[in-house]
Formats: sequence, C-alpha cells, structure tokens
Amino acid sequence: MTSLIIRDLHVSIETDQGTTPILRGVDLTINSGEIHAIMGPNGSGKSTLAYTIAGHPRYTVDSGSITLDGEDVLAMSVDERAKAGLFLAMQYPVEIPGVTVSNFLRTAKTALDGQAPPLRSWVKDLKTSMEALRMDAGFTERNVNEGFSGGEKKRHEIVQLELLKPKIAVLDETDSGLDVDALKIVSEGVNRVKDNTDLGVLLITHYTRILRYITPDFVHVFVEGRIAEQGGAELAERLENEGYDRYTAGAPVH
Amino acid sequence: MTSAIDTDRVVPGATEHAHGPGSPVPVQSRAERFASAVHADFPEVTGRELEWRLTPVASVRDLLDDALDGSALPVEVTDAPGVTSEWIARDDPRVGSAGLAEERAAANAWSSFEKAHAVTLTSETPVEVTIRRASPDAAPRAAHTVITARPNSRGLVIIDNSGPARLSENVEIVVESGAQLTVVSLQEWDDDAVHLSSQFARVDRDASLKHVVVSLGGSLVRVNPSTRLAGEGAAGELLGLYFADAGQHLEQQVFVHHIAPRTVSRVNYKGALNGAKARTVWVGDVLIGRDATGTDSYEQNRNLVLSDGARADSIPNLEIETGDIAGAGHASATGRFDDEQLFYLRSRGVPEPEARRLVVHGFLVEVVQKIGNAALQERLLAAIEAELAQIEVI
Ligand SMILES: Nc1ncnc2c1ncn2[C@@H]1O[C@H](COP(=O)(O)OP(=O)(O)OP(=O)(O)O)[C@@H](O)[C@H]1O
Ligand SMILES: [Mg+2]
Repeated sequence: MTSLIIRDLHVSIETDQGTTPILRGVDLTINSGEIHAIMGPNGSGKSTLAYTIAGHPRYTVDSGSITLDGEDVLAMSVDERAKAGLFLAMQYPVEIPGVTVSNFLRTAKTALDGQAPPLRSWVKDLKTSMEALRMDAGFTERNVNEGFSGGEKKRHEIVQLELLKPKIAVLDETDSGLDVDALKIVSEGVNRVKDNTDLGVLLITHYTRILRYITPDFVHVFVEGRIAEQGGAELAERLENEGYDRYTAGAPVH
Repeated sequence: MTSAIDTDRVVPGATEHAHGPGSPVPVQSRAERFASAVHADFPEVTGRELEWRLTPVASVRDLLDDALDGSALPVEVTDAPGVTSEWIARDDPRVGSAGLAEERAAANAWSSFEKAHAVTLTSETPVEVTIRRASPDAAPRAAHTVITARPNSRGLVIIDNSGPARLSENVEIVVESGAQLTVVSLQEWDDDAVHLSSQFARVDRDASLKHVVVSLGGSLVRVNPSTRLAGEGAAGELLGLYFADAGQHLEQQVFVHHIAPRTVSRVNYKGALNGAKARTVWVGDVLIGRDATGTDSYEQNRNLVLSDGARADSIPNLEIETGDIAGAGHASATGRFDDEQLFYLRSRGVPEPEARRLVVHGFLVEVVQKIGNAALQERLLAAIEAELAQIEVI
C-alpha cells in the first residue's frame, strides 16, 4: 500500500509583482485504491497543488512536506518523482513538435522501468490502451499532442496513465472539454487502471458529472489555497447546487 | 516551438540593401546587387558591407584577397543512369548559366578555378548521385560546380563535404523545364575548416528545385543559396538545418527571386546552437518581381539556443513589386528551451538530459523529414544524435 502525505504545504510563485503565496497550508493524505475529488473555485490553487506534487520549477515550496511512503518527494527531481510512482495528467497537455507519441511513450516507459519494454508486449499494450481510449492507431505516429483536439489530448493523458502504471495519479481537470462519450471513455479508463493497479487518485474537477462515473471516496473543497471542508460523495452534490459562496464569503483576504 | 519567442534582430523591409560594392546608397531591390565573375571588380572588404557584416571577415582574408589554388578539387561521383560527370573549360556555356558572383570571395573563386565540375542529369526516372568531396589539405582553394537537370529529368544530388578545407566556391544549379531536382549540400567538415559557398539556382518553367543546406561541421561555414524562379510555374523549396557548437560560425544568406508568374517558394531553415560563441546567421531575402503575378511565398527561420553565450541572428526580408500575389509571409523566431515541454517529458520519468535531446531532436527533425530520401534522412538523424550526445552537460 502506498500513501502520499501532504502536510501543512505552503507554496508561492514569483511574479512581476513579487512573491505571491498560493497554497496556505494544505493537508491531504491519499492512499492506494482511494479516489479523492478536489473541487474549488477558479484560481483557488488546485493546479498549483497538482504541479507542486509533480515538481514544476515555477512553484516554490515555502514550508510543509510531501512524502510518498515516507520518502521526501520535495527532495526529488521531476523525473525522480515519476519514477517514485507519481503521475500528473495535465489540465493543458503540452505539444512537443517532432516527437512522435510512439517514441515518447516508449522513451517514458524505458526511463521509468530502467529498461526498454519487451517489444511484442509493448506493441500489444499500446494498441490495447489506444483502442480502449478510442484513439485511432494513427495517433502513435503523430507528434505529441500536436494538433490534437482538447478531448484527444485528455484521452492521450489517460493512455499514458494506463501504460506508465503510477502508484498515485493527479488528474487536473481531465474531464474539462470532454463530450459525454469521451467522458465515459476516460472515466472507464481511470476505473480500469484503478482496478488493475490499485491506483490512488486525486481528481481535480469543476463538475459532478465525472463523479457519476468515478465514485469518490472523499470530496475536498479547495478555497484560497487550502482545504476548507471535506466529506463524502454527497458533498459534491451540495457544491453543485450551492456553489462556493459559503466558503468564500467573509474569508480573510491576504 | 518555444513558448516565449524572443525575436532576435528582425529587420523587415528593404532598408538595408546597398547598391553595388562599397556603395553606401540604399536602393530599392535585392535584384540590383552588383554581380561579376571578376575578382578585381569587387573592392576590398571592410566587414561593414551588408553581405559581410555578420561574418568574421578576418578569418577569411585569404579567400577574399589572395591567390587561390584553382586546380580540380578531388571528387568522387557515384554512378547513376543518365548522369554525366565531367570537368569542363571556363568558357563552356554552362559556366555562368545560373548566376554570377555577388561578393568578393565568390568572385575570387570564379577568377581562380581552372576547370568546372559539371554534373548533368537526363533521366526521367529518378536517380541519385553523391558527389563526395574532400580537400587533400587546408590550403586556400577555389572550386566551381555546375549541376544541370535536363528537361523533365528527376534526381537527387548530394554534395557531401568532409575533411579539411579552406574553400571558396560557386555552385550553379540549373533546373530546366519540367525537371524536378533536389540538391543537398552537406557540410560535415573537420572542426577547423573554412568554407564559403555561393550557390546559384535557376529554375525554369514548371520545374522544381528542392535545395537543402545542412551545416554541421567546420569552424566557419557560409553557404548562400540564391534561387531564381525564372520560368512560369517554377517552384523552389529551400530547406536548411544547422547545429553550431562552441566557437562555430554557421551562416546562410538565402535569396529567392520570383521572376516569372505563378511561382512558388517555401523557405524553412532551422538551427540549434550550443556552447560559448556558437554563432549562426540566417538572412532570408525574398523578392517578388514586377512580373511575378500569382506567386506564393513563405519563409521561416527558427533557432533554438541551448546555452548561454550563443548568438543567433535571423533576418527575414520580403520585397514585393507586384500587387497581384497569391500569398507572401515570413516568420522568424529565436528562443530557448520551452520549460513546459521539458517539464512534460520529465514528469513522465524522462531524465533532463534525455528530455533536452528529445526536444532538440524534435525541433530539427521537421526539416530532415522534408528531404524525402530515407537513407540520407537516417544519416542526418544519426549526425544530429551525435551532436546531441555532446549537450549532456548543459
Ligand atoms: N505563472 C503564474 N503567474 C501568475 N500567477 C499565477 C501563475 N500560476 C498560478 N498563478 C495564480 O495562482 C492562483 C492559483 O492558480 P491555479 O492555476 O492553481 O488555480 P486553479 O484552482 O487550478 O484554477 P482553475 O480552476 O481556473 O484551473 C491564481 O490566482 C493564478 O492566477
Ligand atoms: Mg487549474
């Protein structure tokens, strides 16, 4: 069993206006097999949390800790975090000209495993996963995310999730921009990976519709850089009806 | 490819064209640049001239001013059906059929060569020819080459340069009506080599030329391809790929002259720079002449700067003398690594040096893929890999 433990995490970014604190004391524990949904208003710091877990250089951790099975995640480089079992499905997946999906995936798999995957099983796994996410085989020879539609980019993230087999995955608005069919396909993908590998999931979303397919064990309300409330799946329904007013009204402004 | 594009020295318009050698008077058109086959017609180079101001002229004084060895540069030419390779006299009508020297080093070469190397393609089924050239030593030399594709012929000619060199040369390329020719000038010289190459192409009616400059090895390599789209419906695709390491100067001044109606040009040069004093220069002049109605042209240059202390100049110029064109545009960008691309790759477990190599490889591969010859593409990819193997430490 794996545990990702975040304790009193404070994170800031450098902007032209100086240092801006974004995360103000996040506490969160995600174990294998658990699904945690994070919901919160725009700009509350959800992506900042996701990027900080993955180690994006733009974010500065001022205090607090992130550990994965006791190992200090904050001391790891970006690729070491991936090797330790962390995965981030990005809100805006990046285009990489001239690097094909097939080359990219094989390079990543090889880097994570420390050896090239056996060719035959790799080709089969890739094909199976692409088919499951309803991505045409032709995508493997296209450049990473280049010219992909918004939904295709998101499905490509889940193909990676399935092939790279992390222990804990952060999905940053993977449901945004998906049509109903794609939402189902992506959700099935996440559930399948969870069932097969006991993946722990931190699912950032604005909508409860994905939670109809991926049932959260916990729902966290994220407001102004910290978790303002947590509960079960029913909390998501309430947020959808009531919005975030009750958390933001009268909240201290820095 | 970079998210924050920092456009370095973009000088649009026709504001910097000098009239004839040494003249400070700006003129309207790139077409009016002085041309001659005679060395003495060009005054001494000060380094301030438009065509020399970005080149380290002190390193090419001998090629500009001194007597050059004009004896035949040793070549090895592969056999192909319908292809002739011969040494022709200076007064052969093929010499000068595509253009004349426009600067002093090229004129010095023109005045100095004893015989020109002529390669002529006649086959309508595509052929492939490699001209392997290697100087025996680094003595200053002159060379002259004429590549002619006869009407409706098809072929690929690779000028494969390696070994030591101090060479000033002119390469003429004539693509006669209906022919489809690809010429690749591949510079994989020794580290201390110096090479100045003026390449003139004339593309006739309904003919097309794909011209590729690949500069990887040499201390100072300047290849200036100039293409005249002379016949109606002529097309030119001008590609370039360069990778400058510490101390290398790689330069290309590209000129496309749309003379005839309905001509099409695409210019796409990409370069990477890595190391202290790695230096690249790209100048792209496109001139759409008065009669070149219905033409379509686009030029772009992109540079990826991989380390501190490297400098890329990128200067597109577009002159249009007719109102009736199908399209004309240019783009130029010089930037650093895109941090988001690196982050994306690293977040999938790819270590940083490998992520950098992948990104550079991807950046350059676009041009390689357009060459359209599998064996050559393989070879260039391997050469790029070899360059990339050296960027581990950045
Ligand atoms: N590079 C940056 N420069 C300036 N401000 C930034 C930067 N990155 C994040 N921020 C600011 O940090 C705050 C949190 O942003 P973040 O992207 O984490 O929000 P979010 O909760 O993911 O929002 P959304 O729901 O819109 O995706 C915002 O106010 C945002 O403007
Ligand atoms: Mg976000």
